[in-house]
Amino acid sequence: MSEVITNILVCGTGGQGVMTAAEILAQTAISKGFDCKKSEVAGMAQRGGVVTSHVRFGKRVWSPVITPGTADILVAFEVAEGSRWADMLRPGGIAMVNTIRLVPPVVSMGLFKYPDDPVAQMRAAGVTVYDFDAGAIARELGDLKLVNTIMLGAIADFLPFPATELQEQIVGRFRERKPTMVEVNQRAFEAGRAAARERAGGNHALAAATA
Amino acid sequence: MSAAVQAKPQSRLLLSGNDAIARGVWEAGVKVAAAYPGTPSTEILESLSLYPDLYAEWSVNEKVALEVAIGGSMSGARSFCAMKHVGLNVASDAFMTVTVAGVVGGLVIAVADDVGMSSSQNEQDSRFWARFAHVPVLEPADSQEAYEMVKYAFDLSEAYNTPVLLRLTTRVCHVKAVVQIGERKPVAISGFVSDAKRWVMTPANAKGRLPEQIAREGKLQTLAEASPLNFIEPGSDRRVGFVASGPAYMHVRESFPDAPVLKLGFTYPVPVALVEKLAEQVDHVVVVEETEPLMEHDLKAAGLSKIHGKDLLPRLGELTPNILIPAIKGFLGDPIPAATTYPAFNPFPRPPTMCAACPHMGVYYSLARMRKKVQIAGDIGCYTLGAGHPWNALDTTISMGASMGIALGMDKARSEETKDKAVVAVIGDSTFLHMGMQGLLDIVYNRGNVTTLILDNRTTGMTGGQNHAGTGKGLHGDDAPRVDFAKLVEALGVPVERIKKIDPYQLPVVFKTIKQEIETPGPSVIITDRPCVLSEFYQKIEPYRVVDEDCTGCGNCINVGCPAITVRKSESKTRPDGKVNELKFTTIDTAMCTGCHMCVESCGPKAIVRAQPVAVAE
Repeated sequence: MSEVITNILVCGTGGQGVMTAAEILAQTAISKGFDCKKSEVAGMAQRGGVVTSHVRFGKRVWSPVITPGTADILVAFEVAEGSRWADMLRPGGIAMVNTIRLVPPVVSMGLFKYPDDPVAQMRAAGVTVYDFDAGAIARELGDLKLVNTIMLGAIADFLPFPATELQEQIVGRFRERKPTMVEVNQRAFEAGRAAARERAGGNHALAAATA
Repeated sequence: MSAAVQAKPQSRLLLSGNDAIARGVWEAGVKVAAAYPGTPSTEILESLSLYPDLYAEWSVNEKVALEVAIGGSMSGARSFCAMKHVGLNVASDAFMTVTVAGVVGGLVIAVADDVGMSSSQNEQDSRFWARFAHVPVLEPADSQEAYEMVKYAFDLSEAYNTPVLLRLTTRVCHVKAVVQIGERKPVAISGFVSDAKRWVMTPANAKGRLPEQIAREGKLQTLAEASPLNFIEPGSDRRVGFVASGPAYMHVRESFPDAPVLKLGFTYPVPVALVEKLAEQVDHVVVVEETEPLMEHDLKAAGLSKIHGKDLLPRLGELTPNILIPAIKGFLGDPIPAATTYPAFNPFPRPPTMCAACPHMGVYYSLARMRKKVQIAGDIGCYTLGAGHPWNALDTTISMGASMGIALGMDKARSEETKDKAVVAVIGDSTFLHMGMQGLLDIVYNRGNVTTLILDNRTTGMTGGQNHAGTGKGLHGDDAPRVDFAKLVEALGVPVERIKKIDPYQLPVVFKTIKQEIETPGPSVIITDRPCVLSEFYQKIEPYRVVDEDCTGCGNCINVGCPAITVRKSESKTRPDGKVNELKFTTIDTAMCTGCHMCVESCGPKAIVRAQPVAVAE
């Protein structure tokens, strides 16, 4: 195993499933024999605030937090949250962004403005962004909760282990608890992978981290 | 919930520090465990509650939790309690004397400092308390160490007849890392033995024990020098050698892989000779500790030279690599790497909000309507969010239960400008039972003119919904005796005609009741009785929607503060008198709405009506 550490920052808002996605990534890494640390920064976030989870894995992980400017992958469950954490990426790192816009009360009340196009902002600064509407895919598949699996599917080809390992980790969970959800999660995972491939057009090659 | 409960010995698991501690406590043969919820420590006891063959409880506050653990220890049972940093302040009275009395069964106190302040009112370094009480401190750096150190702590406690402080920080509690677990070693309870000289801390008895306490500290110093929890890791770049504890050690190893490091797990008493040994090998010693310079000061007081610490590093917050690297490289004159490649876009803030249908909103909506006439002393819980938008209806938050004492002080200290203002205290059910009752008693006894609002949502909300003496449920969800708040405050001396129990969803009733009580002199209590929307007691009803054609854009419903209500369209309209009205036409997210109808009551044109319920994905 090489000394390279993979750094994945998952972000979104309270209740979106950020913690679950990070947990699945971490469990997959452990099952592959990596050392792994996962930092949860929730605080009062279950009340609709900002949520992030840092996942780091490799041969030996020291610090549980990703140093700004060193994240390989940013997984954003909400588009403005993606722009909030874009500076965490290393040069050439990628941002996988669900384009849903969740407007907080302080914006609704007119105290702050929601940026017109956070993805364009990130691209203009040179960030490699894969943006797609994970909610629309989830609705097509019949369950909004599938966003989680779709987002994980979208980053599956950027990880230092085969995409099937991550898929098996997700599906395995449902096989135990809700077998009826296995098949639709498999489809959601593949739909996420396809969405990322489709958005890869303007970006450079798929290579976030290699083991 | 933690996978560690069912796992076989020797399993390799991804565990949070809190889950790892619970596993270690159970394996150590603990029989009595107590805690009061508090971020970031809450999950320790939640996790422990799932293990067999041990008594665990939610106590009413941290002081009682520690006293329960002391009683267990006196009885010869290994005993444990957990709390957040500010909880140790509450428990300190018992803490400062149990250290004189000592232990029979091992007594370990886990205290979780919120370094970085994710969810607390201060950022204190609880290691101060250990020095104050002459108690040893163990500081784990990750989950595996937390698991191992808690077991070590029980042996240490019994061998040296001392309580042990297991000092955690948020980055231990809430970081998941790989832990290899073991098995439970049962420890029999030896039983309480009456011994007044030992346990009755009258001056004569306590005085006799003080020399032993001081001698113990000397022996612990010797032990720390040789403890396997403290060791030097060699390094090739000897310009700086680091002394590091807790998660800061991990950040040091991440940032300076070639530097020699003295890794300290047993951090008080500080192993001075070990630091001297490190100092011999390096040009400079930098002490990296979160947050206060406690080890640094001990080392300097011991006469060591070339010690650095807070002259180079901040005294606040986490010492993560992005802080450490520029500070140390700057000190050494090395080039400092650029921090980040991409800019921070800093979009709008996303502060925590109350939940859709949160019963607290009804109270703050009403208080906001009479804002100019009231001073509002607040407390600690979800309802602290009343200080934010759109209510801005909270003036103070200091400590658990402080609202009523502070309100009384405000009542007794009025100026010409504030003499006619009403003084209101706002507190939740769990906080009232934790430390609030005494404040209300003080208002009654000293004839204060204060209206106290007890927002009873039948749970400990902010920490994730734990049971307490007012919920009617125990730690395991079992039925338990339930405090009757109205009878309780009546017994404290509030006149029965001044105790009002109301439904916080009935906005006109809430407004009228508060107005009436603040206008009548003397102490009064208003109790709201809707359960937290996240609790098992909450029942959803059909959601509402806004009829677009009927909405006049007045924005009243936005002032309720419900996150299910958002602005659909904004418009500026100039009135005949030249004034400009900002109109906000709203919409309700029916998937989020639970039908509480507070917004309906705020809507003049009656534009909010029942929606067809929408299917919510499970």
